[in-house]
Amino acid sequence: MKSIPGINSKASTDFAVLKPPARNQVSHWHPNSTSFTRWLSELSILNCFLFILLAFVFSSLAFAQSNYTTTDAVDALFRWMPFLLKSGFFFNILISLLVMLIGTLTGIVLGLGQISIHGWLRKLCWAITQFFRNSPWLVLLFVVMLAFPFQIEIFGLTIPVPDWLKAVIGLSLPIMANVSEIVRGAVISVPSGQWEAAESLAYTRLQTLWQIILPQCFKRMIPPWMNWYAILTMATPLVSILGVEDVLKLARDATEAEGNHPELLMPFYTFVLVLFFIYCYPIAKLTQRLERKFSVKG
Amino acid sequence: MMSWTEDQPMVSIKDVHKSFGDLEVLKGVSMDIMKGQVICIIGPSGSGKSTLIRCVNALNDIQQGSILVEGQEVNDPDLDKLELRKKVGMVFQQYNLFPHKTALQNVMMAPIQVLKQDKAEIEKQAYELLKKVRLEGKENSYPGELSGGQQQRVAIARSLAMNPDIMLFDEVTAALDPETVKEVLVTIKQLAEEGMTCILVTHEMGFAREVADMIYFTDRGVIVESGPPATFFDEAKDPRTKEFLSQIL
Ligand SMILES: Nc1ncnc2c1ncn2[C@@H]1O[C@H](COP(=O)(O)OP(=O)(O)OP(=O)(O)O)[C@@H](O)[C@H]1O
Ligand SMILES: [Mg+2]
Repeated sequence: MKSIPGINSKASTDFAVLKPPARNQVSHWHPNSTSFTRWLSELSILNCFLFILLAFVFSSLAFAQSNYTTTDAVDALFRWMPFLLKSGFFFNILISLLVMLIGTLTGIVLGLGQISIHGWLRKLCWAITQFFRNSPWLVLLFVVMLAFPFQIEIFGLTIPVPDWLKAVIGLSLPIMANVSEIVRGAVISVPSGQWEAAESLAYTRLQTLWQIILPQCFKRMIPPWMNWYAILTMATPLVSILGVEDVLKLARDATEAEGNHPELLMPFYTFVLVLFFIYCYPIAKLTQRLERKFSVKG
Repeated sequence: MMSWTEDQPMVSIKDVHKSFGDLEVLKGVSMDIMKGQVICIIGPSGSGKSTLIRCVNALNDIQQGSILVEGQEVNDPDLDKLELRKKVGMVFQQYNLFPHKTALQNVMMAPIQVLKQDKAEIEKQAYELLKKVRLEGKENSYPGELSGGQQQRVAIARSLAMNPDIMLFDEVTAALDPETVKEVLVTIKQLAEEGMTCILVTHEMGFAREVADMIYFTDRGVIVESGPPATFFDEAKDPRTKEFLSQIL
């Protein structure tokens, strides 16, 4: 008998796993400081693996009666692993890197706009920043997906815009806004005496910014910037909802191809979680260490 | 173009008015400073001393009046502020050294980045300047590793590296321990003796008496009384000056 989770198998713990994990996380994606990675980095590795172990034991207990055993499911996972890693997770990483690149470059421009001497530019950049900082990422993704044409024409040249590229653009918007805030916050945290000293040495405003101010706050910007990278990486599975073939979408496809046995869910999604954990945990640790180091030195 | 000659005041301040919003901080201040002169401005807190000297290098703009620096009008919308500031050095109460650069780099930065001078040449000059302010051996220390007095002397060297004609000092010893005040004052005195034109805001009356050519006492945005140190300190006429001096001496 083919089991459909939550219908003819014992509806239990695995049900929640079926839902896109993104949905109830959306509202949490606005930590301002590095609090999220701090939380993550304070998890002990032991705790996490204990949790994973428990999850495995529990899932094998829950479906002990079924013909399809957890061992079969784990076997299936091992067959799919290279594919999920190479075609799935690496694509998530690629998306996160592209988003970070675009978001950082545009965010720096926007952040510097927020401290411009021109009032109108300052206000405009402030408004853009606030807008994208306070929008749910998933909604932004939907809007970009729907609003962007699937191809653009430049000088008679037709350039297709695939869904994953739209997803990159969509995720870049909140990253841009948060980088903008990081830049603005770092610049205004430099005492005004530094500006005055530079001014009285005949520096222009631009020179002061590039030679005196930004080099001083560069270090201060790194930990929050890395924090946003970790948050972004964990948000990349959002794109699966829009049909982009990331690790989550492929994991779902794989379990379907394996016959949709509920026993498959726990191993497959745990594997996805472990991948993200292995990638993000060191980033969180490093962020925390840098934060401590820079706060000591001042 | 400029017809300034050394027999004219190097800095000529005439009827300067300055407001921050509704608050009028300078209410018609005038003074002349000749080349090589040392001027001390004293007065109670909030009387506008900092504001006045910050107007001289256009860190503050003024609403009315005129400030001529070597014949160049500062109260002019077309003023080339950068050219003005190359001639006028300024040292602040809080040192304001660049914390991410060593003492030597602090001294070298502006000549390299602003004046586009040759690096090897300016490095030689920077070593000499740090020697002059008696900081030999501290070239590679970061500001955080130096005492207040040492930082302030680096700040003086940093200003001198621009080879200014005039130096502005805004209560440069006010943040220092009593013991380190002297080492900074010695440096300024040495500068004054070498003929540098200096405008100082200070609370060090002994020092003012020793080095100043003229003392100006300001209160609530006006100059109440002025004169050479001997007459100013011993024969003050205005009751406000007398009261201030009796409190501070
Ligand atoms: N940027 C500013 N904006 C508004 N008000 C200012 C500003 N700078 C100075 N003031 C005001 O102008 C007045 C004169 O300030 P100023 O700093 O020139 O006084 P001061 O004589 O240097 O005093 P102190 O001995 O405390 O340094 C004060 O009332 C001060 O509050
Ligand atoms: Mg002052």
